[in-house]
Amino acid sequence: MSWQPSASIENLKIRAKTLTTIRNFFAQRNVLEVDTQAMSSATVTDLHLVSFTTEFMSAGANASSSNTLYLQTSPEYAMKRLLAAGSGCIYQICKAFRNEESGRYHNPEFTILEWYRLGYDHFDLMAEVSMLMEELFSCKPAEQKTYQHAFIDHVGLDPLQCTLQDLKQAVLDHKLNADWAQCENNLDTLLQYLFVELVETNIGQTVPCMIYNFPASQASLAKISATDGRVAERFELYFKGLELANGFHELTDADEQRQRFKDDNNLRVANHLMAKPIDQHLISALESGLPACSGVALGIDRLLMLAVQANNIDEVIAFPVNRA
Amino acid sequence: MANFSTNEFKNGLKLMIDGEPCNILDNETVKPGKGQAFNRIKIRKLISGKVIEKTYKSGESVEGADVMETDLAYLYNDGEFWHFMNNDTFEQIGADEKAVGDNVKWLKEGDLCVITLWNGSPIIVTPPNFVELEVTETDPGLKGDTAGTGGKPATLNTGAVVRVPLFIQIGEIVKVDTRTGEYVSRASK
Repeated sequence: MSWQPSASIENLKIRAKTLTTIRNFFAQRNVLEVDTQAMSSATVTDLHLVSFTTEFMSAGANASSSNTLYLQTSPEYAMKRLLAAGSGCIYQICKAFRNEESGRYHNPEFTILEWYRLGYDHFDLMAEVSMLMEELFSCKPAEQKTYQHAFIDHVGLDPLQCTLQDLKQAVLDHKLNADWAQCENNLDTLLQYLFVELVETNIGQTVPCMIYNFPASQASLAKISATDGRVAERFELYFKGLELANGFHELTDADEQRQRFKDDNNLRVANHLMAKPIDQHLISALESGLPACSGVALGIDRLLMLAVQANNIDEVIAFPVNRA
Repeated sequence: MANFSTNEFKNGLKLMIDGEPCNILDNETVKPGKGQAFNRIKIRKLISGKVIEKTYKSGESVEGADVMETDLAYLYNDGEFWHFMNNDTFEQIGADEKAVGDNVKWLKEGDLCVITLWNGSPIIVTPPNFVELEVTETDPGLKGDTAGTGGKPATLNTGAVVRVPLFIQIGEIVKVDTRTGEYVSRASK
């Protein structure tokens, strides 16, 4: 009966307990809990993120005089504005919204834990993410592997050296059934495909696994490594087949950030998507000075899926989109 | 036939893949947080029966297959075709050996079977889950044995051979599960 929650009350109790554990974890470390807006006047420019929009009207306004607001795909931009304003280390547990994402591991509205640590590089933050995992799952410390090594181990190709043709050949060699791959022209799409099929399914099976130093073309909002320009100081956490978290040694350079947003928008247009408004507040915050820091976002619902060994994200969410 | 986009993929949807009609058994969205979304589907190829996995880039579309299922009563075999009839319209259709396959041993006159049609031609014949058939051959067995220890083979009037309890005799009607090929019970005549 669809009025009832899809998650058992037992799972909802585990959810509450997990949130308490997380809040205690940050309280012990003097990380400040913050609460930023879910709706913003600008949004992300990522090629593969689709944000929800809504219309804001003042009293008596009509559709033509309304302002479009975007539901956040993560609280990243708002939290960086707080960091630039001198908040110190912060964390937030909030709802994030991503359109066109639903399925066994996705609900378009989901709960995110995001935190930022001043003065940390991505290795420091990976260590802290590992500590949180150890506290939540009583597991051993996470293992760490570069994207390059993981890819070589499981695909048999160096992701930082290979050509489109090498990747297409790898799809054939591994007997993957994906006809589109042979006419794909985007290197990152093929890298991502081979990664989800061959790497993600094989890493982090017994202890959490951190993959770090992603190809620079997938830098997102991470710094490019000062010692190897081919990689970005970005990491992801995988455990038992689930992608749980994504973190960056944060890009603090306003000009480079603006350029990346523009490049994203050009890529969107080339893919027949609308360009998105660039978040000028974020750019201004970076111009005023974002302190050196690392940040990470972790999916709480997926964390809970692991905690209760759920097969479907609906088992840990009271009312997923099909019952909302 | 219409095309279906990956967002319309769901279990039971029939698609044309590699020139063969297929049935989606499982559809999963795979999407890295910062990357391209994919649909990973598990499909059964309806003619070869093979089950394979295939991945599409989300947003791709695939041609649908004109596949439908209909309940038809089995009539007779003419040596080449097995003939079935729609009990409402009395229309008849013949299925070849490939479509009938191993299920030939469960076909009893009058039983309603599910016939899967592709572009109007039968490609799969699925017998009812349970059929009642007559034992034509079996060892006499020991009198008074009702414990059913291990049982004995029995040939049924369609040619199927199943294990039955020792007390079952020639001429009796037994109920068999066609999905497992196992004896279920004695059937009343």
